[in-house]
Amino acid sequence: MAGSTLASPTADAAPVARRKHVSPGAEAWRRFRRHKLAVTGAVILSTMVLAVLFGPFFWPVAINDIDFTAMLEGPSANHPLGTDDLGQDLLARMLYGGRISLAVGLAAMVVAVVVGILVGAIAGISRGSVDSGLMWLTDLFLSLPQLPLLLVVVYLFRDSMKEIAGPEVGVVILIIVVIGGLRWMPVARLVRAQFFSLREKEFVEAARALGASTTRQVTRHILPNSLGPVIVAGTIDVAAAIILESTLSFLGLGVPPDIPTWGRILFDAKDYLDFAPHWALFAGGAIFLAVLSINYIGDGLRDALDPRRVM
Amino acid sequence: MFLQGKTTVSQYLLRRLLIVIPSLIGISLVLFVLLALAPGDPFGELAQNPAVPPEVRAALREKFGLDDPIMVRYFRWLLAMLQGDWGFSFVSRMDVDTLIMQRLPVTLIVIGASQVLALVVALPVGVYAAMRPYSLFDQVATTTAFIGFSLPTFFTGLLFILVFSIHLDWLPFVYQTNVSGTGLEYIWEHIRQAIMPVVVLGLFQGGVLTRFVRSAVLDVVRLDYVTTARAKGLREGVVILKHIVRNALIPVVTLIALQMPIVFGGAVVTEQIFRIPGIGSLLIASILANDTPVIMAVTFVTACLVILFNLIADLLYGWLDPRISYR
Repeated sequence: MAGSTLASPTADAAPVARRKHVSPGAEAWRRFRRHKLAVTGAVILSTMVLAVLFGPFFWPVAINDIDFTAMLEGPSANHPLGTDDLGQDLLARMLYGGRISLAVGLAAMVVAVVVGILVGAIAGISRGSVDSGLMWLTDLFLSLPQLPLLLVVVYLFRDSMKEIAGPEVGVVILIIVVIGGLRWMPVARLVRAQFFSLREKEFVEAARALGASTTRQVTRHILPNSLGPVIVAGTIDVAAAIILESTLSFLGLGVPPDIPTWGRILFDAKDYLDFAPHWALFAGGAIFLAVLSINYIGDGLRDALDPRRVM
Repeated sequence: MFLQGKTTVSQYLLRRLLIVIPSLIGISLVLFVLLALAPGDPFGELAQNPAVPPEVRAALREKFGLDDPIMVRYFRWLLAMLQGDWGFSFVSRMDVDTLIMQRLPVTLIVIGASQVLALVVALPVGVYAAMRPYSLFDQVATTTAFIGFSLPTFFTGLLFILVFSIHLDWLPFVYQTNVSGTGLEYIWEHIRQAIMPVVVLGLFQGGVLTRFVRSAVLDVVRLDYVTTARAKGLREGVVILKHIVRNALIPVVTLIALQMPIVFGGAVVTEQIFRIPGIGSLLIASILANDTPVIMAVTFVTACLVILFNLIADLLYGWLDPRISYR
């Protein structure tokens, strides 16, 4: 066969040029890095997380240090982000509030994802009336107006939560649970759809033939393979939860006034827009930057975790 | 099915309405259970008042049926809601249904105008961007859309006030119902004060919709029937409008319907920022004033409106996609 063209350039060299085994995680990371804006978002978000976690150690100014000689000042060396109407240092308040805002976003996402996976998995593995009942519930929750309902629930249960867990922690826990409880539906739908296609796949059938129990099929074979879209939806959920919590605080109905979350700072700042715009701009800018970064990370993860996409 | 002949639009509508009823009952149940579980007693104040003897309190409780089982109370409440007896607002000193009917039109106008604005922006931009994927225009459009829906409405609202009301002094930032002036001037004043809220809400929705439209068009563009349409020698405009956009709109309509709960949330925020007298600001005001009948009614009305818009989306869906229409 001398001189004939090879069918494929690798046909001869196949054993030699076998590709190195790449773990799915490393492959996803390689794909994620290609999405420049997602990487930028990840860098910005990690900077923000590090800043709110460790910033207070490097900037040990009390968040409630009232100084009437320095009211509504713009950024300066003493106060890098300026001061508010009581002369409190905004950098310290932003760092402290960021902890709450980001933590509420993350925790609400965890609640939403856990509930969503539970509902979706139960609906996806059991056919018939359980499935249709749970999906009716999901559709019902999807048509609930989130913000009004969130306001109503916080209004109705605020006092009893204060009694159970203290004025600050109680309200924060309540907000986390309610935001999570109003945002699990997309995850449930995704998980159910994944379960429907995965449970008919050969590898699950093989596991079933080998005598694996339903629990084992679900936890070892189906669930791990259905997590890709869930991770993306969960990432976007963090952004949505941060917006919801900020909205609640911005309306003056969220966390108590002495906890300066970003939304609460914006609520306090909105009456001083004309002579202290820096106050509102820093708080709003922080929310915007966090949400934008998270949305871009979600976009990058969507590209990275979608095996059909060739990159 | 075909033995019965073609089902008509009204039959389709009737069946959709029958599906809607369980959802409405579900929502009313959720609301009622929330209210029943919540601490606090409508007679709490009476209990603290030493002038009211306990026997009178017990008699009142019995008269209003507060000690009945929860299901009995639920049906009584549902019956009253259906008869239009929504309670009395002690804060505004008027019936709740009159109050809501006064406030509802403003909210609907703001939401409707902003949705129209969002569509007017999103459709051309999304389609044009998808026709030239990864071009400069596409990149600018997708980035702008991303920024658009990452900006929370309360922040855009404040930014708009800062720029257009405080610095440029072009637009008023407090909505007034009693505008002075007559004729054209009167209408212009109303439009002027509605511009900022509508644009704030519309840009957020526009960002979301642009992404929907772009990806829906991208899914359709490469299909065979589009190539066929071009091969037949149809003009590009006809191919885009009749073959691509019409089919791409099918998933977009569903997504718009799913967005409705978020739109109402955005309306609450914009109404509060710009002090628009709609049901959103009514909700906030009544929460701050502990006006429970109004709170429950506003929440229920919002939920009903979301379901109504979903119904409209279903009808549009049937019109856009004759294959599935009115099954």
